[in-house]
This record gives sequence, C-alpha cells and structure tokens, in this order.
Amino acid sequence: MTKIKLATVWLAGCSGCHMSFLDLDEWLFDLAEKVDVVYSPIADVKEYPEGVDVCLVEGAISNEENLEFIHQVRERTKFLISFGDCAVTANVPAMRNMLGKADHVLRRAYLELGEVTPQFPHEPGIVPELIDRVTPVHEVVPVDLYLPGCPPPAERIRAAIEPLLRGEKPVMEGREMIKFG
Amino acid sequence: MAVKSIKINGRMVSARAGESILEAAEDAGIHIPRLCHVEGVSDVAACRMCLVKVEGNNKFVPACMTPVEEEMIVETETPKLQEYRRMIVELLFAEGNHVCAVCVVNGNCQLQDLAIEVGMDHSRFEYRFPVRGVDLSHRLFGRDDNRCILCTRCVRVCDEIEGAHVWDVAGRGSKSRIVSGLKEPWGKVDACTECGKCVESCPTGALFFKGSAVGEMERDRDKLKFLITARQKKEWTR
Repeated sequence: MTKIKLATVWLAGCSGCHMSFLDLDEWLFDLAEKVDVVYSPIADVKEYPEGVDVCLVEGAISNEENLEFIHQVRERTKFLISFGDCAVTANVPAMRNMLGKADHVLRRAYLELGEVTPQFPHEPGIVPELIDRVTPVHEVVPVDLYLPGCPPPAERIRAAIEPLLRGEKPVMEGREMIKFG
Repeated sequence: MAVKSIKINGRMVSARAGESILEAAEDAGIHIPRLCHVEGVSDVAACRMCLVKVEGNNKFVPACMTPVEEEMIVETETPKLQEYRRMIVELLFAEGNHVCAVCVVNGNCQLQDLAIEVGMDHSRFEYRFPVRGVDLSHRLFGRDDNRCILCTRCVRVCDEIEGAHVWDVAGRGSKSRIVSGLKEPWGKVDACTECGKCVESCPTGALFFKGSAVGEMERDRDKLKFLITARQKKEWTR
C-alpha cells in the first residue's frame, strides 16, 4: 500500500497548532507508518510538492506570501484542513483588522516603537508585504475540513486525522471536537 | 388553574395557561436553544435562537414570547430550524469581534457553548471586524463592546431586578450599542449600585469583573516582604 502524503503548513499563526500536533507523542510513530510527511515547517523541504493527499494549514492569511502560497497548496492538495482557530476564524492575527488597514500596525511596530532608524520594511521578494485585511483560509480557497481550537488539543487532532487515514471523514461535533479558543 | 394540552415534537405536554412554549418545553424536559432568555426577567425575543414551528402558522415564532394555546402543535428541531439556528450563531460571530482564544470567559461562554450545540465549526459569513470600544471606567467592572451580542439581558436584569436601570440600547441597526446612563462612562453613572447583576447575566465576556483579564493579573509582591520582615520590624499588620 502506498503511503498517504501528508503536509503541514504554517501561515499567520504562532506555531502553537504545530506544537499541539507534536503533543501526539508516541502516536506520531503510528502515524509515520501510514503517512509520508512530504512538507512541513518542521521538515526542511523547500518547495510544496505536487499530489499531496492531506494538508493541515495552520494560521490566517495575513501577507502576500500567505496569499500566494495558499493557492499553490490548494492546487496541489486533495484534502485541505483548516488547522486551528487562526486558519478557521483568522483569530488573533485578525485583531489588527479592527484598527483599519495594514499601515496602522506597521506604523506602530516600525515607527512608533522603532528605537533606531525607524522605517517601514521594504524588501520586495524578501519581506512579504502585509495585506490590508487578515482573513480565514476559507475566504480565499475552499476548505475540506475545519479543525478549530487555539490550539486544537492533541486528542482532537488525532480524532480528526485517524478516520482520514482509513478513508473516512471524521465527525466534527461536540465540545471535544469543535470548541473555539 | 387552566391547563392547556399541546404537542411538542409529537409528544403530548400539558402546560399552564399563560405559559410560554419555551417554559412548557422546559418543564417537559425538552430543550430549546436560547441565548437572550434569562430566568426571572421578562423575555424580548432578541436572539431568535428559540424559533419554533407552530402548525398552521407560516412563520416561525420565538418560543420564549409565544404563549401556549390549546391543541397547539409545535416542532422544535426541524432541519430548517436547525439550519437557521446555526446561521444565527455564525452571524453573531461574524458580526462582532469574538476572539475566544483571548477572551476572559473562554470555556464559560454561552455563545461559545451555543456554537458547539448547533455544530458550528466555522462561519460561512464574512467577518465584519467592526470598530468598537471598551469601557474600563468603573472601579469593579469592565465592558467590551467587541463581545456584545445585544441580547439585552443586562438591560432587563438591571431594570427589573435591581431597579437601577443603568443600561439601555442606543443607536439603530448595526450601530446599536448598549449604553450606561445617558451614554456616559459606566464609572460616572450614579444610578449604578455596583451589584454586579448585569455581569452575572451577560452570556459572553462583554461585561466582566475587573481583574479577570490576562493583563490584569496583578501580583502583591509587598506582601512577601511584609511577611519576611514582620518579626524583625515587629509590624504585624499593614
């Protein structure tokens, strides 16, 4: 049997969802028998490969790199999971949306709080520009499964992934599975 | 006492005359989701969560405000009602700024509970990210408009139980907001008796006790110093 190609990506989030994923501890050995992790921030792979079966997307869409990347991920992935509250609701990264456009946070971070040579970062092709409105993943590309939580507890991640390995869709119901926060 | 016989979800239920469908269902052990209803004060049907189908009526009616009638046939869980309820909760989340992860009532929130109850795993509606304020002028309590869903529980509890009538709704449509006094900072409203009933009634984290937010966890370091030096200095009180 060919192994399932699993990827995880990290957009505008704190990496807490990935930490929670690692909290699956010894079950990760069982998982590794069934999947090939073909792309992940915790594996040094430069390019997101073609033909990915399942991808966990952590984080909201907050800058131009996130925006471009999520389209590539969607194109190359069969089953996309919004992984954690930032991906599902835009969560904390979107709290800048209430302040208006991106320049508000840039001004605060780089001018008002910049002690030495305060200036806006501008390095096209190196530092991605912030987009004006932070959005959840499903406002940009279609999502196949929502896995809320900040972060989703390890048990919830397992309960969502395990059925997928058998080719079944998990039942996302009840406090254990869909509580936000 | 007059008794009315009604049918809820195919079950015969006897109710007192004048009772609402919500109360009759509750007495019979049938749960109808609700958000603005709070035991002991009048109902206003603000949240629309308790909408039910009454046979012969082509519109859904709020169970909290509809009195029982003889031989009424009520359905509380039709697929359409379930779909509408989920939509209402999604709209509530999209309408305000509800960030459970950084909220003082995360894990103890009736809006969060309701999202679980109706099976909301994401919002299909675009988030509005409205600009709203926070009032921390009161010495004991705080108000965060970002989390307010306009259920008006606080308005009714303060008026009907405490009799102080600190709260009202100001503005119209999407600009409607809860205001204290004559739209004054809460701390400046003399009518407030500091009873805290509004905070107890709030289903979300919109009204909260000060000191419960993450940034407010103040430490009393001087207490340690006092304990350590009490014997030397013979200071037993401070």
